Amino acid sequence: MKVGVLALQGDFREHISILKKLKLTPIEVRTKEELDNVKALIIPGGESTTIGKLLKKYQLDKEIKKRYKKGMPIYGTCAGAIVLAKEIIDSDQLNLDLIDVSIERNAYGRQADSFEADISLPNSKKPFHAIFIRAPKIKQIRNGVKILSKHKKEPILARTDNILISTFHPELTEDTRIHEYFIQMAKDKYN
Amino acid sequence: MNWTTACSFARRNDAYFVNFKNYIKLARIGGFIMISEKKGTLKLKTGLAEMLKGGVIMDVVTAEHSKIAEKAGAVAVMALERVPADIRAQGGVARMSDPRLIKEIMASASIPVMAKCRIGHFAEAQILESLGIDYIDESEVLTPADDKFHVDKHKFKVPFVCGATYLGEALRRINEGAAMIRTKGEAGTGNVVEAVKHMRRMNSDISSLKKMSPKQLIEYAKQERVPLQLVNLIKKLQKLPVVNFAAGGIATPADASLMMQLGCDGIFVGSGIFKSSNPLKMAKAIVEATTHYKDPKVLAKVSEGTGDAMKGQEISKLETKMQERGW
Repeated sequence: MKVGVLALQGDFREHISILKKLKLTPIEVRTKEELDNVKALIIPGGESTTIGKLLKKYQLDKEIKKRYKKGMPIYGTCAGAIVLAKEIIDSDQLNLDLIDVSIERNAYGRQADSFEADISLPNSKKPFHAIFIRAPKIKQIRNGVKILSKHKKEPILARTDNILISTFHPELTEDTRIHEYFIQMAKDKYN
Repeated sequence: MNWTTACSFARRNDAYFVNFKNYIKLARIGGFIMISEKKGTLKLKTGLAEMLKGGVIMDVVTAEHSKIAEKAGAVAVMALERVPADIRAQGGVARMSDPRLIKEIMASASIPVMAKCRIGHFAEAQILESLGIDYIDESEVLTPADDKFHVDKHKFKVPFVCGATYLGEALRRINEGAAMIRTKGEAGTGNVVEAVKHMRRMNSDISSLKKMSPKQLIEYAKQERVPLQLVNLIKKLQKLPVVNFAAGGIATPADASLMMQLGCDGIFVGSGIFKSSNPLKMAKAIVEATTHYKDPKVLAKVSEGTGDAMKGQEISKLETKMQERGW
């Protein structure tokens, strides 16, 4: 399966190497043509304000929304989760409004408050080592959004039918389980 | 734990770099579930740099500049009192910026804020860390405070970026705990030639490790005063184990593309933005050029009508070469 990774800014290379490890065909997406070529899309970690501006500049925001309406699954990590949210608290930056949550940027604080922690995953006994970097918090969850994992009572991994978001960075570890989960979401969609 | 053991450890185990001082354990009542959080680890330090990749970090001297930088799409700002071009023009000893200015910029920015300390000036670094800055640049742009030692960056929770002109220098900084490397270039000149030189040298140094015998690698490690394990790691990875940005003399969108095509992970622009005639436009153009660095059509479009780039200087006419600072 061809899986796109939005490559405007951020740690897209780390997502690509995980996808390669899973024997998929990763594609760097910077243009509409590249987007047309993929079955699923990952929006990586990075700086959400920068990614938002670059999405808008080349109208990729509209193209992604169009593809979503046609059923393309999308996974956003950290900045990617912020970009996908319906509401970004106290910010007028671009959001794609594809998952009905309110998200707050840098909600744990600055870099000094970035942290690593073991979290639990649904249907798995083995903990997942999660990396939170100037991470956002999902403050409100509405229509049809299911929480898949929490850390200290805060949702950190959530999904709808077609959108997956995590406030941490599975791409910075060697553990591929969350990417596998997303790929399964995509496969379920297309079968 | 030093870098080399940390790197090999990380490859084996996702538990990563345990720093017991920073280990926070919260036992839930009843004691059934232990939730532990680790802060200030090498993984978190290098991780933030990974998030900045493909982006532009801009020098700003006021909160207002910082807002312009954010509006233009900067991934982070460097808070300082004077841009390198002015430091060069005014002379004298250049030091860490006033904490008040740094705090103002931190308050106005929603993106990460970096600040500079002098080479070896660990007290300035301690002050910056206490302000809650996101990254410290131990920078040759300021006047060095120690002629032998750089800051022992392992002692800090805040991550550091350091300049390097070739591989050995980068490895010494990484061994001291730097979580991000940048070329030194020649800051404040608007002349990209030195940054290009440093990046090409870095690439050829890394590639030349491939041909070295085990004995030559031992000799190289000894000569560069770095652990052999770290040298072996670079030989295997064929890249630095941390993010490497371009810095020093980048003044136009084409300069940014040039550095990205040479293999840099992102761009620092110092004087190049706020010494140009239309800073917002120039800043936006450099941001787009850094993303679409492989696409000459986009580069042509964004380069159009950016106004005058900073005037710039010939390297041979300089009184001080900042790149020679650091050891």
